[in-house]
Amino acid sequence: MSANAAAEYTSYLDEGETLKSWLTTLDHKRIAVLYLVSITLFFFIGGIAAAVIRLELVTAGGDFVTAETYNKSFSLHGIVMVWFFLIPSIPAVLGNFLIPLMIGARDLAFPRLNLASWYLYTLGGIFTIGMVIAGGVDTGWTFYTPFSTMFSNTYVIAAVLGVFIVGFSSIFTGINFIVTIHKMRAPGLTWFRLPMFVWANYATSVIMVLATPVLAMTLTLVAVERIFQIGIFDPALGGDPLLFQHLFWFYSHPAVYIMVLPAMGVASELIACFSRSPVFGYRFMAYSVMAIAILGFLVWGHHMFVSGESVYAGMMFSLFSFMVAIPSAIKVFNWTATLYKGSISFEAPMLYALGFVFLFMIGGLTGIIVAALALDVHLTDTYFVIAHFHYIMVGGSVMAYLGGIHFWWPKMTGRMYPEMWGRIAAVLIFVGFNVTFFPQFLLGYLGMPRRYHEYPEELEVLNVISSGGALILALGYLLPLLYLLWSLRYGRIAGSNPWEAKGLEWQTSSPPAKYNFRETPIVTEEAYAYSPYKV
Amino acid sequence: MRNEHAIVAEQFDDPVQEYQAATLGMWVFLGTEILFFGVLFAGYAVSRFNYPEAFAEASRHTDVVFGTISTGVLLTSGLSMALAVRGAKLGRDKAILGFLILTILLAITFLFIEGTEYYHAYKEQLIPAFNFTYESPHEKPVELFFFLYFLMTGMHAVHVTIGILIMIAIAIMAGRGRFSSYYYTPVELTGLYWAFVDIVWVFIYPLFYLVSRA
Ligand code: HEM
Ligand SMILES: [Cu+2]
Repeated sequence: MSANAAAEYTSYLDEGETLKSWLTTLDHKRIAVLYLVSITLFFFIGGIAAAVIRLELVTAGGDFVTAETYNKSFSLHGIVMVWFFLIPSIPAVLGNFLIPLMIGARDLAFPRLNLASWYLYTLGGIFTIGMVIAGGVDTGWTFYTPFSTMFSNTYVIAAVLGVFIVGFSSIFTGINFIVTIHKMRAPGLTWFRLPMFVWANYATSVIMVLATPVLAMTLTLVAVERIFQIGIFDPALGGDPLLFQHLFWFYSHPAVYIMVLPAMGVASELIACFSRSPVFGYRFMAYSVMAIAILGFLVWGHHMFVSGESVYAGMMFSLFSFMVAIPSAIKVFNWTATLYKGSISFEAPMLYALGFVFLFMIGGLTGIIVAALALDVHLTDTYFVIAHFHYIMVGGSVMAYLGGIHFWWPKMTGRMYPEMWGRIAAVLIFVGFNVTFFPQFLLGYLGMPRRYHEYPEELEVLNVISSGGALILALGYLLPLLYLLWSLRYGRIAGSNPWEAKGLEWQTSSPPAKYNFRETPIVTEEAYAYSPYKV
Repeated sequence: MRNEHAIVAEQFDDPVQEYQAATLGMWVFLGTEILFFGVLFAGYAVSRFNYPEAFAEASRHTDVVFGTISTGVLLTSGLSMALAVRGAKLGRDKAILGFLILTILLAITFLFIEGTEYYHAYKEQLIPAFNFTYESPHEKPVELFFFLYFLMTGMHAVHVTIGILIMIAIAIMAGRGRFSSYYYTPVELTGLYWAFVDIVWVFIYPLFYLVSRA
């Protein structure tokens, strides 16, 4: 390395300051930042809709908004949160930024495709926002036919188009990751030396590539049926409404693993680093990730237990759903074992990771309850289900996402966030989350149905608690936005490896230069070569 | 010496890596395509299971002679595409160009035959949501059959059209001597894509033209 190497160093952030240089960039790190900005925006849009829902439910009567506005609010909330936040968040922001760094590559295999993905995401977002401005949609995020094709008087086509377009964004990201991880690993970086985060994104990409086209085509059929009044879902036209549900859930169940597998990957990185010990049972962790991805394709029918599918189908789907619990449990056990052997420190990212494990566990256990055919007949479409999937998706994915953002923030920006504030926010979110969603298990068990804007008086206490929790949660989410922005200017300079972590991404400067590494690194160690028992 | 495509894109170490990445990317992309069409095939399967008689009746309105000819044309184009790829591997620009042009012409012929069939359907008033009139107790399911027919052959035709555009671009590149026996990835990937287009048709043809025909 030449003596004036330091003088030549420009980080990826300094490669051009104009808006144009950002909007035409092919650098995976800059594209990750573009995603970070747009995804954060959508998270808060979805959050506002959630606030409307929780405000309406403070009182038993439907007195804050009309039934119609309420329906539009939960539809917007679901659509934005699922398609514009949960599905892209970790892969598009952290995955984009980190995968090439973690495998010692200069960029993703197809940088132009990567930029195109972001533009598609943005275009889909514009359609969705346009749909809201035009008047909203009331079908829920599931677009069930024939309601969505024949009866709803709202902007279904625009909403469907938005989701269709953003689907292509995720297909492109998936193709890019798969090819990159297969073909561009640094010398010595074998499959079983990859960080769990890379494994998780690999499995996620497989799901994205195999499931999303099914969703896209299904939504196309919905649009055609709605426009031309001819189609294959509406029974009045000779179609089959169950077919819609099969196709929809064939995508949308695996989609929940698009949301949670990357989160598992993040959790593994954080837990290994802050307990300074190698991930326990590394190979089993990798196999579990793939097993979850594959089994995820066999369980979609558990969303249709009460839809009229045959009892035998229901039994099979129930059985397969139980089987997903096995690799999921392996992961939880192995995280616990990693902690057990480690010397733990409680930095903010670690708090998020521990929160993730705890909440994912509750979400998973209640998942087994709703996967049991007989129990689900009682619990389906109640607040129990709402609580279940929020524990997984919000408690799981969002926790991990925030933990990951904190952990890699110094790598992305070159600055540290204020640690104390980070911990306060993590605790606030954890508490707010449980106060919001735990009462919903009880509400669901007592029979409060989802998607109603009025409910019996006697359920009011639990609903008030839940709405109060949502307020704490909202505060918890706002805090990181504030102090992370603050840190961009005033944060302590991080240095290349502030956590003394393992992994190739920490071997380059923070923030990294345009092509990541001056020389392609050569890997000689296993992943997570933290020396155990070191204090 | 000719331009040997010496420039490897910056993110790759060498041409071999670039070639492998592009090829894998194409295979994964074709995987997504299979699932795209898979939805339509699933829709067909379910509908036909629900209305076997109506589907048998409807399939007698497609033109099996045209269908068979166009199948032959498309499969022949698959052969000439394969020969174009072989020409590329041997570094023969003339062969690439000649066989690509042949493939393009065959593809256009295919679209032309399909257009004729669409026109017949139009005259017989069989286009759903447009001019569909059909006197039979099976009216609705027959309309469903033709809905699927137009959707699936239409999606396929879109793929054929995109293929033609890609082949024109590749032919121009070949004309400029961009390929050699060291660098022919784009030709090979176009070949893969075209093979996929062929295979999808191999499934569409029996479903709409042959089955339950008496
Ligand atoms: C791992 C991450 C998971 C996520 C992100 C997730 C997410 C979701 C979502 C979004 C729904 C709501 C569907 C709707 O709107 O009707 C749902 C319902 C359901 N989930 Fe999960 N889930 C996960 C794990 C599991 C597991 C492990 C199981 C079973 C062992 C499971 C079983 C179910 C069942 C049976 C339903 C349907 C309940 C009903 O509709 O009555 N889930 N989940
Ligand atoms: Cu599911």
